[in-house]
Amino acid sequence: MTMQPTDLATYNFAYLDEQTKRMIRRAILKAIAIPGYQVPFASREMPMPYGWGTGGVQVTASIIGPDDTLKVIDQGADDTTNAVSIRAFFAKVAEVSTTTSTADATIIQTRHRIPEEKLGEGQILVYQVPIPEPLRFLEPRETETRKMHALEDYGLMHVKLYEDIARNGHIATTYAYPVKIEGRYVMDPSPTPKFDNPKMDQSEALQLFGAGREKRIYAVPPYTSVVSLDFEDYPFEVNRFDQPCALCGAEGVYLDEVVLDDRGGRMFVCSDTDHCEKRRAAGHKGTMAGGEIGQ
Amino acid sequence: MTVAGSVSHIEEPVDRPAIPAADATEEKPLLSASGVSKFYGSRIGCEDVSIDIWPGEVLAVVGESGSGKTTLLNCISTRLMPTTGTVTYRMRDGQTRDLYRMGEAERRFLMRTDWGFVHQNPADGLRMTVSAGANVGERLMATGARHYGDIRATAGDWLGRVEIAEDRIDDQPRAFSGGMRQRLQIARNLVTGPRLVFMDEPTGGLDVSVQARLLDLLRGLVTDLGLAVVVVTHDLAVARLLSHRMVVMKDGRVIETGLTDRVLDDPRAPYTQLLVSSILQA
Amino acid sequence: MAVPLIVSGVSKSFTMHLRGGVRIPVVDAVHFSIEAGQCAVLSGPSGVGKSSILKMLYGNYAVDVGQILIRHNGTLLDLAQAEPRQVMAVRRDTIGYVSQFLRAVPRVSALDVAAEPLVQRGTDSDTARRRAADLFARLNLPEKLWELPPATFSGGEQQRVNIARGFITDHPILLLDEPTASLDAANRAVVVAMIGEKKADGVALLGIFHDADLREAVADRIIDVTGFAPKKAA
Repeated sequence: MTMQPTDLATYNFAYLDEQTKRMIRRAILKAIAIPGYQVPFASREMPMPYGWGTGGVQVTASIIGPDDTLKVIDQGADDTTNAVSIRAFFAKVAEVSTTTSTADATIIQTRHRIPEEKLGEGQILVYQVPIPEPLRFLEPRETETRKMHALEDYGLMHVKLYEDIARNGHIATTYAYPVKIEGRYVMDPSPTPKFDNPKMDQSEALQLFGAGREKRIYAVPPYTSVVSLDFEDYPFEVNRFDQPCALCGAEGVYLDEVVLDDRGGRMFVCSDTDHCEKRRAAGHKGTMAGGEIGQ
Repeated sequence: MTVAGSVSHIEEPVDRPAIPAADATEEKPLLSASGVSKFYGSRIGCEDVSIDIWPGEVLAVVGESGSGKTTLLNCISTRLMPTTGTVTYRMRDGQTRDLYRMGEAERRFLMRTDWGFVHQNPADGLRMTVSAGANVGERLMATGARHYGDIRATAGDWLGRVEIAEDRIDDQPRAFSGGMRQRLQIARNLVTGPRLVFMDEPTGGLDVSVQARLLDLLRGLVTDLGLAVVVVTHDLAVARLLSHRMVVMKDGRVIETGLTDRVLDDPRAPYTQLLVSSILQA
Repeated sequence: MAVPLIVSGVSKSFTMHLRGGVRIPVVDAVHFSIEAGQCAVLSGPSGVGKSSILKMLYGNYAVDVGQILIRHNGTLLDLAQAEPRQVMAVRRDTIGYVSQFLRAVPRVSALDVAAEPLVQRGTDSDTARRRAADLFARLNLPEKLWELPPATFSGGEQQRVNIARGFITDHPILLLDEPTASLDAANRAVVVAMIGEKKADGVALLGIFHDADLREAVADRIIDVTGFAPKKAA
């Protein structure tokens, strides 16, 4: 079959049809109105498998406009397959400009990290969420967990943390660490490291969460209280790193461990590649910068 | 013994736990069920049952399978909405409330603070994949306890009270015997100091020796804590050892009520006589 | 307070529904009263209904017709019509009972069994256990048994636990159902002395004693139960 070139679009702007985008926007508005509450939505099939960010992609597709600048990160990096593919996807279906610079982006779709650079008003952070229900670990029945949210029946959440301490001597949950939104809903922040939890609190940016397979959207509007659950005698603590980034020398950022050889050689580098690159461009140097890695 | 007959009168009435002194002066029942009926379509679950439960009192509901005793228990514990009838409860602040006119949030709060429910099968009342300590501590955490050390200490204390060694605090109930699981379920229910506990065949499915131990434990806890208990059982020996008063059910209706030793030693209704003569043979 | 208990026109029968509803009369028109500071004894041959009368007075058996009037916490109460909760209160505060046999509760020590009625009335556990220990010592119950559950005790040992349990409180009315059947002479004498002390304290006692000597020793009055035998035509 041959198709003559025409002026007709072969796909709608941002891939999703307008009715679907309206449906998703309504879910997003509801989610913003009820911070932390999981709004069900009619998740669509996307041209990628579940688990690759279909929820986040649908949210992004529903809010993106021709003037937006999109950044996509995966575990903090702009250059992984997932990040590159999604960025390319929107460059193609929405013809938006893309960037790796946090500050230049109006929409940042993320898998498992929040950028180190503070987000500002007008920016939107879109999280890809695998399992939106923070209570599922202990209560598999969706009917029951929804009732628990409705009744603010959150004792179970602390049961989970109790078990952590009983087993490990400290709260060993290091990612998807449960938070309470605006003193009401307990929410799963998606599998971000708990290091990032404090960044969610009173953030100037709008935070949207999309779970494609689970068909849920939730949101944390700007300037919303996000409190990590804990015990009085085991207060919430962020991960600490013994050393600065080996490339840019940054401290107080989230580091990834990189194995260098099969003799135990390793280095710790910023997980946020954009942040690291900007620092290095500004002349910051870590212990292993400028040498073998750059070559 | 004056009349031997077919009904056994050999039991002596003396050693049931007496009602604690302070509670006899309480003028109002804790829980009142009035005209409670539950129909499953045209089938009767229970019909026109009215009972009062007083503070510190153990009420046994006996009858054979299908007599409606579990339906009644579920109806008065708000686990099953009755078709007709009202159930009222005197709250800690002294106000009497209609349980079925309460909001669900308030009812849940009541159920996990002022009430307990002990299931026949401990797996129905426990979280089997969570440690014993967390099982006991859950109600505390649900009601706002946020100090890990305190929660753990309270849980350990309660494990001791139900005769579970403290070094089992981090084990999951999956690793426990049936009797231990049942004792854990009891601790989990009692940790918030409830005033009323519902029990559905709490000793069912346990070996006789394990049963005896559990009954002694329950008897002691009930007396020490001044609990009001509604215990459903088909075992008249359990009823005699634990309860002050008894309700005998048949075909969904209450056919006889009274002091436990009176009902067992001088049963009046034909069915109660049959029950007593059938079961109290040992 | 001279007459703390009056039995008036009390009849009792058993209807045996499992035997085609046959009605077995037990006693008819029972009528007597007991007085404070006295021990009345129910007498009559075996099977005449003595034990049934005691059980009615304790609320253990239902009453067909008639009244059992007692002074309970300053008011007059008809035990025959009383609600179960009232009967429980009467047992706690007004009427004590020493049964023929002890229903042993597993795992509860003899001391705690005997102390329980006091504890239930609000006495602290230590004091109650001391009182129980005093009674055990008096009844010559070997001290090594005190902390053991009475389930494995001999008949006589169990009966002494039972006596201690019944005598430990100061109920104004005390019912005794053959409390000395399994006791030796020395311990029977102790019980006689204890009954005497109860009388001196103004307690009204009503008992069944098969032993004629003992009956002689304690009875202020004999109530002949054969007089309450149901008429044949009943």
